[in-house]
Amino acid sequence: MSGAAAADATLVRERAYPEPLREQGQCEVFCGLSAIVWLHRKMHDTFFLVVGSRTCAHLLQSAAGVMIFAEPRFATAILQERDLAGIADCHDELDLVVTRLLERRADIRTLFLVGSCPSEVIKLDLQKAAERLTKGPLGLGGGGRVKVLAFSGSGLETTFTQGEDQCVAALVPELPRLPAGERNLLVLGTLADVVEDQFRRLFESLGIGPVHFIPGTDTHALPPVGEGTIVLFAQPFFNETAGLLASRGARLLNTPFPFGVEGTLAWLGAAARAWGVSDEQFERVTAAPAERARGSLGRYREVLAGRRMTFLPDSQLEIPLARFLARECGVELLEVGTPYLDRRAMQPELDLFPAGVRLVEGQDVERQLDRVAAERPDLTVCGLGLANPLEAQGLRTKWAIELVFTPIHGFEQAADLAELFARPLLRSAALKV
Amino acid sequence: MQLTVWTYEGPPHIGAMRIAASMNAVHCVLHAPQGDTYADLLFTMIERSERRPPVSYTTFKARDMGTDTAELLKTRVQETYDRFRPDLLLVGEACTAELLQDQAGGLAESMGLPIPVVPLELSAFSRQENWGASETFYQIVRRVLHAQVPAPGSAPRAPVSERCANRRPLANLLGATSLGFRCRDDVVELTRLLDSIGVDVNLVAPLGATPADIARIPEADFNCCLYPEVAASACGWLERMFKQPTVKAIPIGFGGTRDFLREIAALTGIDVSAAVAAGTSRLPWYSRSVDSTYLTGKRVFIFADATHAIAAARICSEELGFKVVGLGTYSRELAREVRAAAARYRVEALITDDYLEVEAQVAALHPELVLGSQMERHIAKRFGVPCAVISAPHHVQDCPARYAPQMGFEGTNVIFDTWVHPLMMGLEEHLLTMFRGDAEFHDEATPSHLHSPAKARATTPETVSVADSSPAADPAPAAGVVWSPEGERELKKIPFFVRGKARRNTELFAAERGIQTITVETLYDAKAHFGR
Repeated sequence: MSGAAAADATLVRERAYPEPLREQGQCEVFCGLSAIVWLHRKMHDTFFLVVGSRTCAHLLQSAAGVMIFAEPRFATAILQERDLAGIADCHDELDLVVTRLLERRADIRTLFLVGSCPSEVIKLDLQKAAERLTKGPLGLGGGGRVKVLAFSGSGLETTFTQGEDQCVAALVPELPRLPAGERNLLVLGTLADVVEDQFRRLFESLGIGPVHFIPGTDTHALPPVGEGTIVLFAQPFFNETAGLLASRGARLLNTPFPFGVEGTLAWLGAAARAWGVSDEQFERVTAAPAERARGSLGRYREVLAGRRMTFLPDSQLEIPLARFLARECGVELLEVGTPYLDRRAMQPELDLFPAGVRLVEGQDVERQLDRVAAERPDLTVCGLGLANPLEAQGLRTKWAIELVFTPIHGFEQAADLAELFARPLLRSAALKV
Repeated sequence: MQLTVWTYEGPPHIGAMRIAASMNAVHCVLHAPQGDTYADLLFTMIERSERRPPVSYTTFKARDMGTDTAELLKTRVQETYDRFRPDLLLVGEACTAELLQDQAGGLAESMGLPIPVVPLELSAFSRQENWGASETFYQIVRRVLHAQVPAPGSAPRAPVSERCANRRPLANLLGATSLGFRCRDDVVELTRLLDSIGVDVNLVAPLGATPADIARIPEADFNCCLYPEVAASACGWLERMFKQPTVKAIPIGFGGTRDFLREIAALTGIDVSAAVAAGTSRLPWYSRSVDSTYLTGKRVFIFADATHAIAAARICSEELGFKVVGLGTYSRELAREVRAAAARYRVEALITDDYLEVEAQVAALHPELVLGSQMERHIAKRFGVPCAVISAPHHVQDCPARYAPQMGFEGTNVIFDTWVHPLMMGLEEHLLTMFRGDAEFHDEATPSHLHSPAKARATTPETVSVADSSPAADPAPAAGVVWSPEGERELKKIPFFVRGKARRNTELFAAERGIQTITVETLYDAKAHFGR
């Protein structure tokens, strides 16, 4: 049980990590609405209705990059001049929009009303609207046909991946109670189906179960939660949800995130320990996949070792991924930016962080780009708005958004993850133009 | 509230960004919440722009709203000026900031910066992107030129022909922008075309212009309003204030380009007959060559910005021999012009920004070719109909590396190729109709020189099945009407692109006459009834 033991040791060490540099200025990050782009693909019976402006609608289609889906399970109810005249009006309008929407889409079983910057500024209470739509004259909740819930994806409150946190947090009150004396494992964070299946098989071999993944594909079969629930975070951005689950009696595991071999071992190890799995069984189950992952990582380690990298703040994955690149791929980290630093979630990661890395919380994009221009990293991980302008300066970049859309968790994806960073470097070496 | 799945245009501040990103030495400060910076990627990803758009954002958050967002704006304006030293600063608000009522433009103006500061009133909750671009360009032109406006009663400007008696006329090309469709190449093509008739280009704006260039606009003898969506307001103002005439013909298509040259001829007195006759377009001959016979009467559906939609309808009808079965635009500001064009082709114009309405009309009309924006590309893909993109909003694949203008004579060559290419080649289509039982020739077969979308379709979970079995495309038959097996088999022999229509017409015919079972006879009775 080497990985889990290693993680244990770091917890004991309690190494205080130097305070991050805090910057305030222009933030070049998406707002929480962007999470809808992957949430709607995962939650098959769910529709996301943003109550916002044309900007919100435009953001969603731009963030999605291509408009590939015939009619996606998200839309925007665009506030117009007359809606802003009076709030009472807004609720009637919303009823009309929801009615029209549900007429078109009989397959929808959960409807999320998603708050935006403008809906928050005009103080449109979507929570109340959701209750009204469920219990009021429209009676959508009748017979359990459609569940209406609300969360905020506004840029005033959330950055990018926090949208998923807000969405899952809105589901927590809907989770049934786990009967006393029973236990289960809850894994938090949208994962690609293939990754979910891999983890399921590993947990099964470890004798851990029942295991539930949330968000899942069926919002009318939500997993129970209670005193016997152990929560394992597959993503580092579940601050709000963590608090709500803790208040329902669940036990939250604090562990590095399952990126790379080391992270995956520590993550599985934390669950195994909490469940009471023996070291021998843990070793037996994880040894082969861990070894296989190490083997396939080797190829990319050759490309990445010694490369200097900077992460601009984006998805909250910066710290765990930087840790993976530094410790398993030999990358030299110059600067790691994060939109905000959640100590509870990140401490186990920071305990593994190499010394001397400039950690920056918040953003002043102009100053950050000044530093990139001065240091000229071999690779800069950044948003889509910045990538081509940096490439034009002869710098190699990796789009950060790909890291939330691509399966990168667990043993089998460790090499894929490294490859994502190696590709721009290999491509640059291949091009003679 | 308006339920929106996809939006053709962004909010008006995106239009302001497009103007800033088109110009040099101009910077824009947007009072906007965190998250609105997504718009940068439109420029850097779709157009592969090598520089970030010259836009700075306040990116305020909830905690700033507790303190002072107005102060934050002033800080950002000052920082932006200090860092970028633009010659002109635009200051506007995105939707949320408009609700805060910080009066961003006025605040910035009061800061006493040593450069012109142009405040923008963008009406985020009632207007859209193209209006925002038009308004921003107009405000810049007004601001830069207001000192030069001739005093009332001053000597009137001489007619163009008189001004140009001893020199080559000078023209401004107005309206080309970043993220506009093929603007980059259009201005090159038109500069060459104008040179060939002895007209020099004074300047192009907003694309590539500086505020100093804007100050030179009155030096030109006339303006060419290339994209009215963006330049009509500014051209109108220049006409009123400087008596600077506007050439309004849009040089897209063979006829359009000739009209453009003739309008300039009328204005300047230049003899353009040689240029008109010698036009380097291959379109007229290609269109007359026998191979193009198969293009005759192809049913085409057009939906785009007004400029490109109107031009496309004329090209389809007069230059390619297609039949325009639908014409529409999302440019509400130019709805009147599109309605007038639609009347010429005896169709009713579709004026909407609702993508679902456009989709429903494509489904109902069963066109053989769709010309539109990126949205229509997706609609067409779903229905398995060939498509070419002719207008913004467009995607990275419509920003080609090669020279591919839409305007001028070279534009007609590009258009001929791109619009004809997605169609089945002439002989291939006949073979398809004759030998439908052949393994290679069947309804689901796509043109042999193109990829097969049929396979992709089957694996995409949310796409609706194509052709006449689609529930969206084909409402359930009137109650009580059923098809006999022979009737159904005969229906299948009708070319697939008109089959849906034949089915609906026959069912309608049967229902009206109380026919319960549609036989082969009913089918042909209906065909005769509805036949042209």
